[in-house]
Amino acid sequence: MKSPWRRPLALLLLLAIGLLLAGCHHAAPLPFRLTNLTGHMPQLEFTLTNDEGKTVSATDYRGKVVLLYFGYTHCPDVCPLTMAHLHVVMQRLGKLADGARILFVSVDPARDTPAVLHAYVNAFDAHATGLTGQPRAIEALVKRYRSAFTREPASKDGGYEVSHSSAIYVFDRDGNPRVLYTPSSKQDDLVHDLHLLLDSGDPS
Amino acid sequence: MKHAPLLALLAGLSLAAGVHASAADHVHATHAWIRVLPGALPAGAYVTLENDGDQPVALTGASSRAYAQVMLHHSSTDGGVSRMTMVDSLPIPAHGEARLAPAGYHLMLMQPAATVKPGSTVRLLLKFSDGSTLSTDFIARPANALDDGSGHADHPSS
Repeated sequence: MKSPWRRPLALLLLLAIGLLLAGCHHAAPLPFRLTNLTGHMPQLEFTLTNDEGKTVSATDYRGKVVLLYFGYTHCPDVCPLTMAHLHVVMQRLGKLADGARILFVSVDPARDTPAVLHAYVNAFDAHATGLTGQPRAIEALVKRYRSAFTREPASKDGGYEVSHSSAIYVFDRDGNPRVLYTPSSKQDDLVHDLHLLLDSGDPS
Repeated sequence: MKHAPLLALLAGLSLAAGVHASAADHVHATHAWIRVLPGALPAGAYVTLENDGDQPVALTGASSRAYAQVMLHHSSTDGGVSRMTMVDSLPIPAHGEARLAPAGYHLMLMQPAATVKPGSTVRLLLKFSDGSTLSTDFIARPANALDDGSGHADHPSS
């Protein structure tokens, strides 16, 4: 299956598509396969703390295609599964993955310190960053994308679960929301759409 | 009514005597693995349980020396929201199977006694509704694993 010509041919084809699109002055929308968010949601905006303990804002990630996911580290099943899937997606992107950043935003800031998040995201993929912060700042980001989370009642040992949106919001290099990936979406479609966003020219 | 406790005792004795094989005798566990997360974070354990008996059985939970607490959970996604709920039991139909797999049923392992390293095995005692137990070795897999790593494509896709 892995013909040595596949990659150069694919690149040529994408280059041709890119030139065609550039000629259209953005009149032709990118042929996304996932739910298109273009123009339906506001630009990425937040001020949070990254997994190295530094204050960061959305503008620090301009120039990167951002995959935004809300989760929490005490979630043993769906969150790690989602992150493991994203790791596969990053591997499938090869070198292009360096132009992308997975932002894992904790909806459980009480337990998810930068140190916990750092170990967590790095167990999945080198392109992932964990973000935590003030509950109000996280809530504002969740609301901005009409996402939601609820803290379930605590069990007798003080542990608790969080119900949370399972979607991944994909932003282009300028911080504009472009597509939505949900558990029912196909991984191939996410790879396809990320190729469109990552191949569409360097921001420089 | 007076004889009810005696009858129950006799039923129990007959079970113990092997007149009826226990649930655990009919259940075979395969593809047993744990997704290990860093630090002391709770881990998810997955396994396929096949029941070759003529009677349905039910998994009610598990225990392990490696974790202080084990709970049977179910993840679901409804209206784009992921949720975990505790479940009392998971039925395994007669001559059928039940699968604990990511994004569905799983055992939530909490408070590890010691760091569990990927590649090691963790023994879990699976508990069934008739009180019988099945000791099963689970392979510890890295956080970003998607399955038990055996590479066997013997699971039908749905």
